[in-house]
Amino acid sequence: MLRKRKTKKAMKLHKHKTFKLGGVHPDDQKISSGVAIIALPLPKVVTIPIAQHIGAPAKIVVQRGDMVKVGQIIATHEGFVSSNIHTSVSGRVGVIEEVMDSSGFKHTAISIRVKGDDWDESIDRSETLVEEIKLEPKEIVTCIMNGGVVGMGGAAFPSHVKLSVPEGKHVDYLLINGVECEPYLTADHRIMLEKPKEIIVGIKILMKALGVQHAIIGIEDNKQDAIELFERLLQKESSITVEALEVQYPQGGEKQLIQALLNREVPSGGLPSDVGVIVHNVGTTYAIYQAVQKNKPLIERVVTVTGKSIKQPSNFLVRIGTSVIDLLIAVGGVPEDTGKIVSGGPMMGKAIADLDVPVAKGTSGILVIPKDEASRAEIYNCLHCGKCIEACPMGLEPYHLLLMAKKGNSKRAKEEHILDCIECGSCSFVCPSNRPILDYIRLGKTQIRKEKKV
Amino acid sequence: MSANLLTVSPSPHVHTELTVPQIMRGVIIAMTPALLFSIYNFGLGALYVSFLSVFFCVGIEYGISKYLLKRASTIYDGSAIITGLLLAFNIPSNLPWHIILIGSAVSIGIGKMSFGGLGNNPFNPALVGRVFLLLSFPVQMTSWPVRGITLSLDAITSATPLGILKEGVNMGTSVDVLMQDMPSYLNFFFGMQSGSLGEVSVFALLLGLIYMLYRKIITWHIPVSMLATVTLLSGVFWLQDPTKYASPVFHLLTGGIMLGAVFMATDYVTSPFTHRGMILFGVGIGLLTVIIRLFGSYPEGVSFAILIMNAFVPMINKYAKEPRYGARMKQSK
Repeated sequence: MLRKRKTKKAMKLHKHKTFKLGGVHPDDQKISSGVAIIALPLPKVVTIPIAQHIGAPAKIVVQRGDMVKVGQIIATHEGFVSSNIHTSVSGRVGVIEEVMDSSGFKHTAISIRVKGDDWDESIDRSETLVEEIKLEPKEIVTCIMNGGVVGMGGAAFPSHVKLSVPEGKHVDYLLINGVECEPYLTADHRIMLEKPKEIIVGIKILMKALGVQHAIIGIEDNKQDAIELFERLLQKESSITVEALEVQYPQGGEKQLIQALLNREVPSGGLPSDVGVIVHNVGTTYAIYQAVQKNKPLIERVVTVTGKSIKQPSNFLVRIGTSVIDLLIAVGGVPEDTGKIVSGGPMMGKAIADLDVPVAKGTSGILVIPKDEASRAEIYNCLHCGKCIEACPMGLEPYHLLLMAKKGNSKRAKEEHILDCIECGSCSFVCPSNRPILDYIRLGKTQIRKEKKV
Repeated sequence: MSANLLTVSPSPHVHTELTVPQIMRGVIIAMTPALLFSIYNFGLGALYVSFLSVFFCVGIEYGISKYLLKRASTIYDGSAIITGLLLAFNIPSNLPWHIILIGSAVSIGIGKMSFGGLGNNPFNPALVGRVFLLLSFPVQMTSWPVRGITLSLDAITSATPLGILKEGVNMGTSVDVLMQDMPSYLNFFFGMQSGSLGEVSVFALLLGLIYMLYRKIITWHIPVSMLATVTLLSGVFWLQDPTKYASPVFHLLTGGIMLGAVFMATDYVTSPFTHRGMILFGVGIGLLTVIIRLFGSYPEGVSFAILIMNAFVPMINKYAKEPRYGARMKQSK
């Protein structure tokens, strides 16, 4: 008791770690953080895209009319940077056609008409915690690859690729990203509160696979309950520590998290492994626990459905491929004054045009924005206030990049490190003139990539 | 509800509350204490001059955008009101209306709209107008009304503390002797001195500075670096020969230094982007101000110092960059 009080007091006096450059403070609006995860009822039909990850789309191995069981592979990875796709429901394979996903583009997806809930026998569906890690490092990576695990923080980078550190690079730290700096989203927060022991086993699996001795869980200070929970559970673990971080966007950016926790900086164009670090999200860590210890592939994930106009903001355990409309119906339907629906958080999420868009492995939330906040305000001339520079966590000059992208001057834009931009949106957020800074930076980056291809 | 009605736009989907009209409103609020004090100090003349200046500036901007540039009027962003107020702050409260009209026309017409309007002007528009008037109407621009005489536009005029000091020192009088006839520092601080309309009350200007810092409209970099440089440099001379040079406190409390540091040098458009650049800019203004005050032929040099440093802003922007993420890792390799 006395000890607890002491640490609490010390925590308050001690200023938390944070990244060194830029950052903004959007209103965090974590209105669904107190709502426990509930499993969404099975939908009638799911639409599972074969490209839910960075890298090559998976190769379809089922045909229309096939009967499938939950967890069965329906598309296999093509090459190393790719990922397996499993069916999230049991039933009959329907049409395989191009559907619009959250990117706004059409991609091939497999639709499955749900019949019962018949799981593949090899999957351990019990809740028992399996602590003993039997597999060898190489087997762990294979297991994660077979389970189709990808980064669940948003980018959906195949996890097995991250774990295969190139020869000659030495990794000494594993960072677990429990920051969840996007406003509104609470999926990671709920997983940390409800599955902490599984996450800790997941961390140990990752440490074994990478052969590292130290792991740090970074959690933003607005999730005090999760910080305290992990501190309590990790009292006897010397190799895994918890670090509270300042509430500041984009604290959960991979590069920012590395800077905040270890004061290391990933070089321009480099990877975290260049500075001896591998970062995994808490949701991914939980999925890795399930894939390795329970033989359960990534077929469901936690999705926050939220927004100021939503009556009952919730955190749902959703089968991959469920339509956004099913999630919205579960929270009482689409409110009358809805102007925009975003897949992901308000800072980096993608506005969707169609409510039939399926939930993918990287979908962390569905945010409903009312009409009066849905459109952008009037644009003024650049005032040279310098707020975009002040906000940029990469130390770039966003106003300058906008000008160069507008002029189509790719060479100068590249010299000004436009490719270092992590597209966090802090510059556009903070610009008093409402200038579409990030839009133009994306355009500039696309121009450079196109020129490379030619 | 049809899905076709959904708005689709790239991220981010949220935006800060602090937009251009909010900033402009904030600056106007920050200027209010100084304006109120000058009305108290100089009477209704101050109000009349401020009103005319704002009226002319807004009118001229409206006219230029509508009839010359033939595009949507930009007066609603509030920047013309600020230019008008700042011009008024920089001129005596008994200036005839036609000179104010000329000043406004130069400020808005040449200083701002000829470059393409808000955001494109290299020099602070209000200062362009003020310096133009100072060079064109030197007598009217340096005849300040005696404070406390209200309701009359034909007041008796007097010199500013800086003017008295400059003339006295040039005649060979010691600073100590000159100081005996001047109000105390405390009176200077609250604004019991003659000078341009908005510059006299350091106290009122500091209230404005605190408000703008609190609202995060400006950062501390320019005002602090500028005032610190003035204090240091004038302090060095004062310590060397206190009979010839006034103390740093006197320099900080008189003339346009505080107005310059709070409202003129911090103008977004004509100051550098980065914090490093802002500090360089503030130091430059401080150095030039003290040099002009001590060795120039004018008693006051803040306007010139700011305009000269405005010209250096593109160069400062080019070289004073913020550290980039990952840049130090490259060096170590």
